[in-house]
Amino acid sequence: MKLYDQTAQKLKELIASGDISPQAIQQAVEERARAINPRTNAFLRFYDLPCTQHGSFRLPIGLKDNLSVKNQLVGCASRILEGYRAPYDAHVVERLLESGAILQGALNMDEFAFGSSTETSAFGSARNPWDTERVPGGSSGGSAAAVAAGQTIWALGSDTGGSIRQPASFCGIVGLKPTYGRISRYGLVAFGSSLDQIGPLTKDVTDSALLLNIISGFDPKDSTSANCPVPDYTQALTREIKGLRIGIPREYFIDGIQPEVLNAVQSAVKLLEKAGAQVKDISLAHTKYAVATYYILATAEASSNLARFDGVKYGRRAQSRSSGRPAIIDLYETTREQGFGDEAKRRIMLGTYVLSSGYYDAFYLRAQKVRTLIKKDFEQAFNEVDVIVSPTAPTTAFRLGEKINDPLSMYLSDIFTIPANLAGIPAISLPCGFDSNQMPVGLQMMASPFAEETLLRTAFAYEQATPWHTERARL
Amino acid sequence: MEFETVIGLEVHLQLNTCTKIFCSCRNLFGDQPNTNVCPVCLGLPGSLPVLNRKVLDFGIRVGLALDCEISPLVKFDRKNYFYPDLPKGYQISQFDFPIARKGHISIKSSAGDKRIGITRAHLEEDAGKLIHNDQNRSTLVDYNRTGTPLVEIVSDPDLRTAQEAYDYLTALKLVLSYLSVSECDMEKGSLRCDANVSIRPKGDSKLGTKTELKNMNSFSAVRRAIDYEAKRQEGILLSGGEIVQQTLLWDDARAVTLPMRSKENSHDYRYFPDPDLVPFVLDPAWVIAAREALPELPTQKLSRLVEHYKLNIYDATIIIQDRELADFFEACYLIYPDAKKIANWLNGPLLKELNERKCSLHDLDLLPAVLAALIEKVETAQISNLAGKEALSLYLNKNGSLEEIIRNKGFLQVSDDQQLLTVIDEVLRDNPAAVAEIKSGKTNVTGFLVGQAMKKMQGKANPKKLNELITGRLQNE
Repeated sequence: MKLYDQTAQKLKELIASGDISPQAIQQAVEERARAINPRTNAFLRFYDLPCTQHGSFRLPIGLKDNLSVKNQLVGCASRILEGYRAPYDAHVVERLLESGAILQGALNMDEFAFGSSTETSAFGSARNPWDTERVPGGSSGGSAAAVAAGQTIWALGSDTGGSIRQPASFCGIVGLKPTYGRISRYGLVAFGSSLDQIGPLTKDVTDSALLLNIISGFDPKDSTSANCPVPDYTQALTREIKGLRIGIPREYFIDGIQPEVLNAVQSAVKLLEKAGAQVKDISLAHTKYAVATYYILATAEASSNLARFDGVKYGRRAQSRSSGRPAIIDLYETTREQGFGDEAKRRIMLGTYVLSSGYYDAFYLRAQKVRTLIKKDFEQAFNEVDVIVSPTAPTTAFRLGEKINDPLSMYLSDIFTIPANLAGIPAISLPCGFDSNQMPVGLQMMASPFAEETLLRTAFAYEQATPWHTERARL
Repeated sequence: MEFETVIGLEVHLQLNTCTKIFCSCRNLFGDQPNTNVCPVCLGLPGSLPVLNRKVLDFGIRVGLALDCEISPLVKFDRKNYFYPDLPKGYQISQFDFPIARKGHISIKSSAGDKRIGITRAHLEEDAGKLIHNDQNRSTLVDYNRTGTPLVEIVSDPDLRTAQEAYDYLTALKLVLSYLSVSECDMEKGSLRCDANVSIRPKGDSKLGTKTELKNMNSFSAVRRAIDYEAKRQEGILLSGGEIVQQTLLWDDARAVTLPMRSKENSHDYRYFPDPDLVPFVLDPAWVIAAREALPELPTQKLSRLVEHYKLNIYDATIIIQDRELADFFEACYLIYPDAKKIANWLNGPLLKELNERKCSLHDLDLLPAVLAALIEKVETAQISNLAGKEALSLYLNKNGSLEEIIRNKGFLQVSDDQQLLTVIDEVLRDNPAAVAEIKSGKTNVTGFLVGQAMKKMQGKANPKKLNELITGRLQNE
């Protein structure tokens, strides 16, 4: 039995029964992480932290490189944050430490979470453990790859437009984006503040519920976090879905979907129906506007969120070129020119443009209105159904370099995941098969706000009826 | 051609809440640089703002005191621009839903009371402070000030002269000082004022091109800067030139306005709603409670002092300039109910002491009961008016209790007939000529005799009593 391939739930049982010590697990996982990291490039660096001695989950966990850990480097896979050490713990990090978690290290990602493949990372792309010539997805690609490769037991990522679910789908694991407000964003380096949400990437649905239990809850330091009770999510894992109403949105089954993905998702729907769910076709009419809306709102917020990286206070500071301009302007421009990668610059420019006077109404304001319409689509749909099922992404993992020079086709890989962020609803991706290249296919389920229990129950029922979650990448 | 000046003022007021607007750092400037800071006010990656309730409360108070409508929606926006004192690269402010709007305040002008409109008052965070070192051409930043709560009060362009602008600031400061929401000290930067100035031919209704004046460090500097700027603009127009819309810095030493940045107008702040602070509907009960909790405002207090205590407008106006002084007045009155006498003491000797000491009433260790007792001693002629003033000064210099000072300094007046008559008889005997004059009808010479007696008593005699006794003595002869 390879310890690093086990789920957190299984390891917890082994520790409880005295069959294995947390130290042995830690050692096995850390060895694995270091041994194969040259092949996955999942970890950017390992933390230097004292060992925990207490807690119910003394298991290794990897964190996306945009989560603040006190006294550790936090870099968002960007050169501009070079040398920046967070002087405080993110709320989720505090929660993890209370639970006894062993924080392993920072996981690769697209620079500032701008991307769907981790190829925009300033430190090289992470690789897909199922085929290292392929991308692990993104932006939480390092998190997904590390879990799939057994480099960590479970991991946290962040999801602004699919950044947890799409890499989970590409790497054959479970990724959950909770309801906006379910988890405090305090300490998560912001990308699109009204869309960002932290969530678990795990080997199965049970672990997803366990990790969600640890990190959920109100935080007075985040005004957008919800002050509503947190249930024990593991109680939702009943396999019982008789009478559950499942909606299939016709706008999500479009031309251009990889046929094997379509087949796998359709088989999954049939299986759910066989297990007692009622399946019906539904419409989410404004879906086609979601990607455009998202790239206006997310970039607008990002352009403002990234203004603080100016070389004045922390991170990289460029040498002045003494250009005859005021020194401070030169410092800003040179620092940002050298510190940000192409995609970050592209999004900062896009966001700055849509907020500019004269364009604000046509872009930002209109996008806000469309966002409301998309939210209403879901509200109406959830009057009729409990869970909406779709593919997580139109394709399985693509090859490195395949889309990096074509931003639009890259943006479209988030076409099915973006609406959940715009609507603020919870969504999960779980494995539902493989394509002819033995690359995993992801199944997405969405539910109404704070209905994570319904989501987990449905996902668990499907998972337990299928073998996909037991498959491991051979690396 | 005759021109009219049109002025609108923007006043930034630092609110004196215990903690900052979006974090729990102490709201104290002047400590060791960068000590009252945390990830939030430093704008560190991942930090998030949480609104301080007290700041909202203070904003509502300011709005109500200026007769504004209070916004039913509380919403914050980001104002984006790069500057080293702005750690996030944006300032959290209120753009389209200022906490208060459409208010007004009255000023006294040469033509009587004039109502000046308040366009809006909104809440925002202050930036850090840059400290320039010219010697090694470096700049340091103190972020203690970032996140200090500010309310920005924007007036309508209703002011027509530099003096009106000065009067507006004075009236505004008075109201604000009653609310106890700020130190309102322009020299210390807790109150800052920018002026928008334009001129137009008298009678025109269209506004001229305005310039924005910054860097005025006192109300009188605001007055000087506006006067200068109006004349500068007039000179340009009269010589056929055009006013350029720009920001100008007032140089008080050279008494000129100078351009700040050339490309000022190209600034686009890209305001948008701050996604970290979700807008919420203000509970109307909150506003009602805030209204009920408002203190009596200066104009209300003035009318009450005049009506209830029968003070004249002049005295009452001086007293209400300081809320503490007004409270002190009323406390004295409870003990010694002679309003006019108390007003005379407050507006005369007490204000003189405060001015000399350059301090405010609460810095002095003076209880209303002590002043009331002092006034009573003077009024009952136990001590002279002059001795009373000296006793007050000595008391404030901590020379002991009032009783001790009067005793030790021998301030007590002699009113004892027997003692006084002994002296008077000596004086009458030594001044036969004066006595003869009085007897022949020149009664005003009595004063001379009183003076002589006072001299003999080393100033400690009760002058009134002396006068009575001398007059009596001469009539009886």
